[in-house]
Amino acid sequence: MDHKDFETVEVETDLLILGGGMAACGAAVEAAFWARENGLKVTVVDKAAMDRSGAVAMGLSALNQYVGLKDGENTIHDYVNYVRNDLMGVTREDLVANIARHVDSTVHLYEKWGLPIWKDADGKYVHEGRWQLMINGESYKVVVAEAAKNAVGKENIYERVFITEPLMDGDRCIGAVGFSVRENKFYVFKARATICAMGGAVGVFKPRSTGEGSGRAWYPPFNSGASAYFTLKAGAEMTCQEVRFIPVRFKDAYGPVGAWFLLFKSRATNGLGENYMETRAPVLEQYAPYGKVKPVPANLRNYLMMLDVMEGKGPIFMRTEEAIKKIASSAGDEKAAKKKLKELETEAWEDFLDMTISQAILWAATNVSPEEKSSEIAAAEPYFIGSHSGASGAWVSGPKDLAPAEYCWGEANMTTVKGLFAAGDASGASSHKFSSGSHAEGRITGKAAIKYLVKEKPAKGKYDAGKIEALKARIYQPLKTFAENSDKTTQPDVNPNYLLPNMFQMRLQKLMDEYAGGVSAQFTTSKPLLEKGLELLKLLKEDSEKLGAESLHRLMRCWESVHRMYQAEAHVRSVLFREESRWVGAAHPVGVLQRRLSLLSQGMGLDVGEVSGSGLVPVPRRRSQDEPLVAARGLVRDGMSRPDRREWGVGPTAPASDKRRS
Amino acid sequence: MPSFVIPSKCDGCKALDKTACQYICPNDLMVLDKDKMKAYNRDPWQCWECYNCVKICPTQAVDVRGYADFVPMGASVVPLRSTDSIMWTITFRNGSIKRFKFPTRTTPEGTAEPAGGWANKPSLDSEALFTEPESLGLSAVWTK
Ligand SMILES: Cc1cc2nc3c(=O)[nH]c(=O)nc-3n(C[C@H](O)[C@H](O)[C@H](O)COP(=O)(O)OP(=O)(O)OC[C@H]3O[C@@H](n4cnc5c(N)ncnc54)[C@H](O)[C@@H]3O)c2cc1C
Ligand code: SF4
Ligand code: SF4
Repeated sequence: MDHKDFETVEVETDLLILGGGMAACGAAVEAAFWARENGLKVTVVDKAAMDRSGAVAMGLSALNQYVGLKDGENTIHDYVNYVRNDLMGVTREDLVANIARHVDSTVHLYEKWGLPIWKDADGKYVHEGRWQLMINGESYKVVVAEAAKNAVGKENIYERVFITEPLMDGDRCIGAVGFSVRENKFYVFKARATICAMGGAVGVFKPRSTGEGSGRAWYPPFNSGASAYFTLKAGAEMTCQEVRFIPVRFKDAYGPVGAWFLLFKSRATNGLGENYMETRAPVLEQYAPYGKVKPVPANLRNYLMMLDVMEGKGPIFMRTEEAIKKIASSAGDEKAAKKKLKELETEAWEDFLDMTISQAILWAATNVSPEEKSSEIAAAEPYFIGSHSGASGAWVSGPKDLAPAEYCWGEANMTTVKGLFAAGDASGASSHKFSSGSHAEGRITGKAAIKYLVKEKPAKGKYDAGKIEALKARIYQPLKTFAENSDKTTQPDVNPNYLLPNMFQMRLQKLMDEYAGGVSAQFTTSKPLLEKGLELLKLLKEDSEKLGAESLHRLMRCWESVHRMYQAEAHVRSVLFREESRWVGAAHPVGVLQRRLSLLSQGMGLDVGEVSGSGLVPVPRRRSQDEPLVAARGLVRDGMSRPDRREWGVGPTAPASDKRRS
Repeated sequence: MPSFVIPSKCDGCKALDKTACQYICPNDLMVLDKDKMKAYNRDPWQCWECYNCVKICPTQAVDVRGYADFVPMGASVVPLRSTDSIMWTITFRNGSIKRFKFPTRTTPEGTAEPAGGWANKPSLDSEALFTEPESLGLSAVWTK
């Protein structure tokens, strides 16, 4: 089995969209229009089938971002304030505002495409919370993908092609390479502009589950760090790599809690029946001004809960029975109450069936009727997702009319690498876009990328055939390693000459769990722990050269693991770097304290040739193999996130401090 | 074992070049055993229990058994998806049954028109996306 056994397929295009999820579908539907106007070609590549790929593969039960501009429900400022407060200041207001002003348009399109959005008797959308709309979302992804596919055309879509590496020409991204997991084909996509939208990173930390259930992450296991790897490898400046998202969900099956907290107004209490939001309220004072905003930032709420857990006051219960009784009894007479109860029951089950079916199985298997009995909630393992309540991702250019000059060096959402754009989970510091906002951001990016092509007319890149051939050999190497060595033991799983990707992944997960503050470390870490973790990561990286795979499917698993490993190292180095939030003792959950006041943005040095970035941040280059894979050298930016600023204005006040560190 | 295939029901999608379950699984788990002409989940430990293989199988040969490491035995959740709705049957461990039906889309399959019927054409230089400002329901895109 040699890489030469695989046919090389070259695809030339103008705009290459990597990923087929919410952001990529948004980019595709938008770019297709402008491309047609300007005689350009758009190509989309997804590692799965677009109908059901990415985080919305199962469906969703709510659109978490809708501003309601048309009916005057909220203003752009309201949304920016909400995000800034919930993220405790870690926010690029220009990016958040840009998404917020377009997101309603995306939601209205969804409705035209056929997504059932709940309406009340007056024809108004039914809200789950201030920003959330209820949907019958089983086919959400199917509908959104359909519009994207209709726009781009089947002939321009490549499914089941796993993107491994960027192609670079000096400081410019000129496409990507990947391999088919179905056929013996190696793909070289040559593009004049590229949008990276390959989702977040799950499976970097050990999951709570110990066996079969290890696929049951809250976010999907197939979001495997490709975006972080791709942008890092291209030499893009990254931001908020120290921020990870630790969601609190129903325990083990990770069913959503949003409807319970927001729609049903449920409380959560500890094993003693105490409400930690009340008993621990004084703790919030320490986190002023954010500790004092309403609603209390999600991470602080979760932190208060964790304090109870760490004191042995668990388990924590969602008081479903209490919430349902309260709503039903306020419905009026007995008959009305009964009807309401039935309605609530249906809504509660649909919430799970639309987006976390496992939770429905768990409730059925443990005979839970929410109207009768509380259910446990708990903090899940950490994830890296720039679109939801995390913030990690590439540092991107802001919109010209909203961003201050230093946050604006190219078309909207271009990373610091020329010709490379990012959206959705792939772009950082613009949290709370969720599914609808990711699609809207994809649209913004799709238009911006075409504008870049039309205005700047970048020439075709220079492709070095020798380098591409070497990449190809490297990418297929695990197949060769396996083929050459598997007969050297009687049981192919255990072999001194290679490491199979599942074990490699477990090693990474165990390491991150124990040294970088995962579930078993109760989300805590310290400088010595992180340093030890880095030492072990270096050995893991060396062993990644010995990954072995017996099939194309496992080859994909190998590269997913490598992608995760890069996200892991970026995280560990950023947490180490960010001393001011490495806390008051090691006992603090990283997830909480990493969300402090400023944006950490860094140039990640990699051996990818000439990478200069935008001049915003020096991007250090690796000089030798001994140098770290990813160097966290950065710039602490906090001008955009001053907590004391009442009046929101994306403006020239930035940046207040500009501490350069190395 | 998260998703599993009932051999008596699976016909290997009649040996077409691509089986439905293999086509759809977002994590590339479903494969066809060509000797037996039956599909199987090659790595249950990576299964998200997203049910896409279950929903798409033309012979209802795929089912899900909750993750064995934390889900007690005996329950089942079974979907039946049509072109515009989905029906769920939930069987509890204690034998009780619940049934729900939800709409899934309001338009015929395949008809999603990219511009959603909004036919305006802003310029490449403006902040407006291709259906805006009409699709916003506003007269202009907000700016500061
Ligand atoms: C359980 C759950 C509940 C949620 N609840 C809500 C909610 O109620 N409301 C809401 O609005 N949002 C919700 N979200 C969040 C929402 O789904 C995400 O914010 C959104 O999907 C992010 O979009 P994205 O395009 O960045 O990533 P995704 O939609 O995940 O898309 C990533 C894409 O990249 C592809 N890809 C990955 N790696 C590669 C590679 N190497 N090569 C090629 N392609 C690759 C994938 O196949 C996929 O197509 C929820 C998410 C989950 C998982
Ligand atoms: S979709 Fe159903 S019938 Fe077709 S191969 Fe899969 S399990 Fe068998
Ligand atoms: S349930 Fe989802 S992840 Fe599991 S095998 Fe089926 S399609 Fe794949």
